[in-house]
Formats: sequence, C-alpha cells, structure tokens
Amino acid sequence: METHSQILDRLRSSFRSGITVPEAFRQAQLKQLMSLMTENEDQILDALKKDLAKPKFESVIAEVDMVINELHFTIANLNSWMQPEYVSKNLATKLDDCFVRREPLGVVLIIGPWNYPLQLLLSPLIAAIGAGNCAILKPSEVSAATDALVAELIPKYMSQDCYAVVRGAAEETKALLKNRFDHIFYTGSQAVAHHILHAAADHLTPVTLELGGKCPCLIYGKVNIPYAARRLAWSKFFNTGQSCVAPDFLVCSKATRDALLPALRQTLEDFYSKEPESSADLPRIVSPRHWTRLMELLKRSKGKVVMGGESNEESKYIAPTVLVDVAEDDALMEEEIFGPFLPILTAETLEEAIALINRQEKPLALYVFSEESSVVNTVLEKSSSGGFCSNDGIIHMALPTLPFGGVGASGFGSYHGRWGFETLSHQRAVMLRGWTLERLNGLRYPPYTEDKLSWLRWTTSAKPSCSLM
Amino acid sequence: MSGKTRVCYSCQRNGRLTCRRTRLGEPCLKTYPLEYEGLLRRARVTFQAGHTLKESFRVAQLEAVVQMLEEHESDFVDALGKDLHKPRFEAVVSELVLVKNEALYAINNLKKWMQPQHVERNLSTTLDECLMVSQPLGVVFIVGTWCSPVETCLVPLVGAIAAGNCALISPSECTAHTAELLHRLIPFYLDNECFHVILAGTRDFPEVVELKFDHVFFTGNRSEGTRIAQAAARTLTPVTLILGGKNPCYVDQDCDIATTAQRIAWARFHNAGQSLVAPFYILCHTTVTARLVQALKCCLTQFYGSDPRESSSYGRMVNLDIFNRTKNMLWRSGKVAVGGQVIEAEKYIAPTVLTEVTESDPIMQQDIFGPVLPVLTVNNVDEAIAFINKQEKPLCVYAYSSNSKVITRLMSETSSGSFCSNDSILQSLMVALPFGGVGASGMGSYHGRYSFDTFSHRKSCLLRSTRFECVTYLRYPPYEDRNLSLMTWASTLSQKSQGWCHIL
Repeated sequence: METHSQILDRLRSSFRSGITVPEAFRQAQLKQLMSLMTENEDQILDALKKDLAKPKFESVIAEVDMVINELHFTIANLNSWMQPEYVSKNLATKLDDCFVRREPLGVVLIIGPWNYPLQLLLSPLIAAIGAGNCAILKPSEVSAATDALVAELIPKYMSQDCYAVVRGAAEETKALLKNRFDHIFYTGSQAVAHHILHAAADHLTPVTLELGGKCPCLIYGKVNIPYAARRLAWSKFFNTGQSCVAPDFLVCSKATRDALLPALRQTLEDFYSKEPESSADLPRIVSPRHWTRLMELLKRSKGKVVMGGESNEESKYIAPTVLVDVAEDDALMEEEIFGPFLPILTAETLEEAIALINRQEKPLALYVFSEESSVVNTVLEKSSSGGFCSNDGIIHMALPTLPFGGVGASGFGSYHGRWGFETLSHQRAVMLRGWTLERLNGLRYPPYTEDKLSWLRWTTSAKPSCSLM
Repeated sequence: MSGKTRVCYSCQRNGRLTCRRTRLGEPCLKTYPLEYEGLLRRARVTFQAGHTLKESFRVAQLEAVVQMLEEHESDFVDALGKDLHKPRFEAVVSELVLVKNEALYAINNLKKWMQPQHVERNLSTTLDECLMVSQPLGVVFIVGTWCSPVETCLVPLVGAIAAGNCALISPSECTAHTAELLHRLIPFYLDNECFHVILAGTRDFPEVVELKFDHVFFTGNRSEGTRIAQAAARTLTPVTLILGGKNPCYVDQDCDIATTAQRIAWARFHNAGQSLVAPFYILCHTTVTARLVQALKCCLTQFYGSDPRESSSYGRMVNLDIFNRTKNMLWRSGKVAVGGQVIEAEKYIAPTVLTEVTESDPIMQQDIFGPVLPVLTVNNVDEAIAFINKQEKPLCVYAYSSNSKVITRLMSETSSGSFCSNDSILQSLMVALPFGGVGASGMGSYHGRYSFDTFSHRKSCLLRSTRFECVTYLRYPPYEDRNLSLMTWASTLSQKSQGWCHIL
C-alpha cells in the first residue's frame, strides 16, 4: 500500500516528465474516461442506487450524462482552449510577441461530495485532465458504493502514473492535506472548507471552493402557477433535496402562497403518487446520521407542515414536505437544509423579499419565478449569488458555457467547460522580444534627463489606452 | 530611521511599546483596530446602499485618481524621494504614469466590461437568455508593498473601483512619507465613505483580514503572504497574492551581449534593486560570463557614472533593516566583480555584481531586495533549466538568447508568473497582459481587464420563461424509460452537430 506522499511523489515526477503536456495525451485520457463511463453504466447506476436509492432516470441525467456531456464539450474544444491568446500591443511592443499561455499547475487534489458522488468528482477531473495536470481523487466515503467503484475503475482506465484515487474518512483526508498540492478543488460544506483552506494556506496552494448555501426562491408578480409549481417541485425534490443548488426556501406573498399550495400538492401527487414512499422515483437520504439531522430540524421548526412530514428511519425515507408560517429565525433557516423540506416564508412586497434574502449569506444559486422581466431584473441586480435562474431551478448548471461556482460564503472559483480549464491552468504572460529598437529603449535608461522623461511621457500619453513602454 | 524610538502619546495611551512616525518628534499616524472596524462598517453600509454600482460613479472615482496624480505629482515625487531616494524619472515613469494609464484604460473600457456577456446556448436553452453578469464583491482590502508603494496600492484600487467595490487600502509602513501622503490626499479626491486609507503594520494584517472582507489583495513577501492566507482561511475570504521571490535570468552563449547587459542592468538596478520583477540572479553560459560581467560594468558606468553615489539617477535602501540584510549577504557570497561599496549613514549600496556564486551561497538562500546581482555559471541550457526548476516558482523567468529554440525551451520547460525573452520587467507593465504569480509566487493576477475580473463575481444567469413546456416535461417524474431515451436521443443529435448538449 502506497502512502500519500509516495503517491504524490510518483504523480509529481510523472508531471515533471512532461507527459501530460501534449494535447494528444490529454485527449487520450479524456477518451479513456469516456470509455469508463459508457462501458460501466450499469455498475454506476447500481452504486448510485446503493448509496442514495437514486432512480435510474436521475442517475442518468444528473450524473452519467452530465459527465459525458462535459467530456464531449472538452474533447471538442480543448485544442482551441490550449492556443496562446495574443493580446493587443502598444506602440513600443509592436515588433514583439505578447501572448498569454495556459500552463498546467501540477498535481491537483479533487475532493468530492456524496450527493452527486460521480458527477461532482469527475467534472473537476475532466477540467484537470484538459488543463494538463495530474490528479488525486478523494471521493466521499459517505457514498461508499460509488467510492469503491471509482477506486476500482479509475486505475483500470486512466494512466496510473498520472491519476490516483485515495480513499478514507476525515482523518485520512486531514493527513492527505498535510501534503503540498498545486491546487485543491473542494466541493462540500463550509465547516470542512475552513480546514481545507487552512491546510492549503500553509503551502500557498490555491483553492476552488464549491460550497452550498441556502438558495432562495422568490415568486412575485404575474406567475404561471402550475408551471412554476412543477419546476419548483422538480428542482427541490430532485435527489430528495440533496443538491447544493436546490431551492432551499421559498419567499412570496400570502396570496401567492395560497395559490401555489394546491398546485404544489397536485404536482407532488403527479410526480410521486399519493404514497411517495412507494414511488420508485424518490431517492433516499444518504445516511442515518443525515436522516437524524433532518428530522431534528423538522422537530425544532415552528412552521406548520401542510404537505408530507412522513418519514421512515429504517429506509432513510423522508416525504417531500412543505411548511408554511416559517419565520426568518426558524430552525429551518439556520443552515442549509439539504433535504426534502420546503419552508415557505412570506413577504408582501418584492423589496421586503430582497431585503430578507440579502440578510442571508450569498448562496450558490438564486431563483425567481415571474412572468414580469422587471421583477426578474430587479432581483438579479439587487442580489448576489453564485448563479441565477429565472422560472426554473438547477438547470443553469447544466450549460457548460456558463461558469458554475459560488461567491462569498458559497465559495470562490468556478468550473464547467472552459471555466474549469482556466481554473486549473496558470495564465502565464509571455513577451518575446528581439534586439531591435534599442534606441527607443534607450529612453528609459539612466542617466535620467527631463528630455527623456518628456519623450517617454509623450509616447505613452499619445494613446490613452497604451501602457508604459 | 535609526536611534532610539520614543513612544508617542497616543501609542502610550493604547499600551503600545513602539510606534511609527514620519519624522522623529511628530505624532504617530497609526490607525488602530477599533478604527479599522469602524471604517469597514462605513464602507459596507455604503456598498450595500448601492452607491458604487453606477458606471458614472466608478468613472468619476477613476478620473479623480488621475486628477490626484496629476495635481500632486511633485508631492508624490517628493515622498518617494524621501522614502527610497527614488529619482524623479523613476517615480514618474514606474509609479505615477503606470497608475494613470491603468485608470485611463479602465475608464475607456468600463462600459464594455460592465456589459452582460451572452454565452453559446444548447438545444434546450435556445429559447432562453444565457448570460454572465459581473457584479462587485463588496468591500476589499488592498495591501501595498514598499518597493513600489504607489503602484502596488493604486493599480489594484483602480481595479476595485472599476468593478464597483469599496476598499480599505494599506500602504506599506516602510515607506512612511508615501503612506502618509496617500492617507492625506485620498479623502480629498475619492468618496469618503467608500475608500479609506489605513496605516497598519504587517503585524496587524491578520487581525484586519479577520474582520471579514470580500477579497484581500496582497503584494509582499512569501512569509507575510502565508500569514495573510492563513487569516483569510479563517474567514473563507478569497485572496490574490503577488509574492516576491528569486527571478532567474538565463544568458545564452548566443546573444547580443551589449544589449543584454544594458537591459539587465536597467532592470536590476533601477530603484536600487528593490523590485519584485527584476532579474534576481543570472545563470550565464560559461563561455560568455566574463564578457557579460565586463559589459555590465560598462553599462553601470554609463548609467550612474564612476561613483553612483553622486548620481541623481540612483536610489537608496528603504531602511536600515533591508540595508543590513543586503550588506551581510554581499560579502559572504562569491566575489565582488563590480561595486560592493556601502555607506550606512546613507543606506547606500553601490550597484554590485558578484561572480563565482554557488547555489549554497547565502545570497541564493534568501530573498534580497537590493542592488546586488549574483552571476552563476552553467554549461548549457539543460543545466539552467534544471537549476530553475529546483527552486520555487518565481514571479518571472527571463531568458536572453538569439536562438529561438533556446527561448522556447526556457519558456516551455519552466513555470513562473510570467516570462520575457531578451528583456526584463516590461511584460509586467503591459496593461493587456495578466500580472501575477504561481505556486510560491502567489495566486491570482491583475492589470487591465484582469483587475476588473479579480474584483468581480461573474454571475451565471439563465433566464427562462414558463411559456414553453414542450421539452421540459420529459424530465418530470414519474420517470419513464421512454422519456429518458427521447432525451438521450435528442442529446446525441445535438452532440453530432454541436459536439455536446444536455437536455433538461
């Protein structure tokens, strides 16, 4: 059994040998990852079912297809992303080559969460491979079946010199973090993020943090209630609420709430039938510990349950639950819910709602349901969040041309598509000069004279957008 | 500033044993922790009220920066002269004009930068609006360093203003006259609620960072940078770190020695060697070492005359601490081939070139900010590259050669913040190129658009309507294999035409 530092040394010397630099290598590894996904779909679906009771449908669209999509997009575009980016030159550098080069960082550590254990581990890996790095994957031990599967499949398909999987729980992760990486990519909770950042700071390692938050959902102005109810319910109860971008709580006026509730009730019945526990389409809570946490939250909440509320400890089942009369200081508003509870808070005006959400930390996503573009634009401009979606939920993260990441308490850095490539690359400025124009250069050398100074000032002030020399 | 340090009245009152002042006998101008908190609170309230969001406000503030530099040019030159003995030419060209150009560039491009950027859509989002909107982060903390005190405070500030943030700025305490000048002038030109200059010591930075900013921008050395990163970790604050280190410079057997020497000498000895981006040491091909050293000697005479102490184009060390550290390294490393004179009373160190330096010499073990240029010899490019890669990644790697293959090798086989061939420093001055470090030389970058992006959050926005349910219904439960196949089929269709798609 290799120790962490042995694995790291091995990967680092592979990186130093330059093997990951050529495009051909990166494309080959991406194609291997594609084979891993397409040849093992059944095993993947099986593992996800074991971990989260994820229905095949959800596993395919939110895990398998997302990764395959990201692979297709990266494979198709990698060549153009790898090209040097020439920049506009100024007067004095007209004869030079000035460009920005994307260079790999080295060995990247990717720590995945348990809620989308495959997608949130492999999407950053795709970015790491594309950018020419080596990588160590640390899947979440909470989603144990996927953890085991990843540890089995990655060495089978990917270059073992460049990519490794490290398994373990909190203690092992802490030990792993004592080592020096060239970038750490973490998806998970704020609490753990502090430890990660601290360990990274000792080595001056840059970090990307994809954290959750309480993603608010506002409903104001003219709204198509049945459609809104469907899209809201779908994004909320997908993966039984265990999504970092699920709408965490709802804010609307009392009238909207009263119109929405029957639509929500109907939608939940359409989706999961009158007995959601018997529906094959509703996943389960990932572990007994998480189930207990959620049930305690529900118990402490002073809100009124108007839909759902049933649970089953043995099967880690919690029914899709909607609560009303939830105040801003309720237990359900203390932390990210990450479960199938939808509290509805009321605020009569849009301004009050915006003030309410701005009192919270900046979330990973923010949602507005409204037919009125003025409402949507007001919320967009007056609030801050990682991402924003109007009249739907979650899907903004499925578009690879949009960066996916947080701000403030929901994290920093972003990825997906080209953004992942940029995050895991170093943008190196390059200037290639020749020996000519030394007379022009001479203006900058001592001994300094007022004459030279005037000349230099004139050449730079001639074009206001020109930089010095 | 040597001799006994007396404690001024207000420091005594606050229980501090030492204090800072601009001249002995003058009151201490230090800002205290309670004050930082108050200033941060004011900036936050102002930010939340939305004052900085309008383009007109940002442009007005940027124009005010330009105005301040133009109207007080002589005051800045004067302060930099007192702090670093910086010649007027250098003060104007490498500090004031640089900041002005960044501000003008931002003014000219702000409208474009503030525009939402639409992105390419896929099949299922064809009817939607998919865009990115840049939003300010909030209140940022900018820490400048002493070798370029004006530039390292104000260029990041330009970016922060352009992106719509409020800021607390801390100029270096080592360049006290410049710090005091900024502290005095900024309230006359910039909005008094949004922008505050604080006079803090390096010891105070972790405490300030922990008050919680939305971004911390730090220029300085590695150990201070690490302490800032650790403090920022406690509050989950994103940071940009621009950290000095040892920038290597390879000189090939095949190069124009005279021009090489001129460019290196200029880069290394301006500001009396106190620069984050100057070539720190030379790896010279053994066949040209003697000629290079001779050429450097000639250049130095050309630049500063036979006695640089008399030259008005030459600077001094910022303080005795830096002076002593540099002086100590000087005599314990290699052989002095040029220069070597020191005069403590003036904090003067002559432009010095050392030869026969080895990797284990003291000067190669520490970061020296001073006019000392160690020259090490290598037998070939491979040795040079191996040497460079044994060290931590620096801010800049330089290579002088007429052979483009050699240049390409140095560029592709090393890693650094930036790279320049056949010259030095210029790549860090271009407004269109990002300036920053990697690895031990830092994280993040700035200048031009990169400054704007550093201090912004790019929010991804998907604006849908509820009018068309034609495709979305496929994704709802109860889940049916038939719907899944339809979605997958539509995905593959798009993949064939566009290379990718996701139907949700």
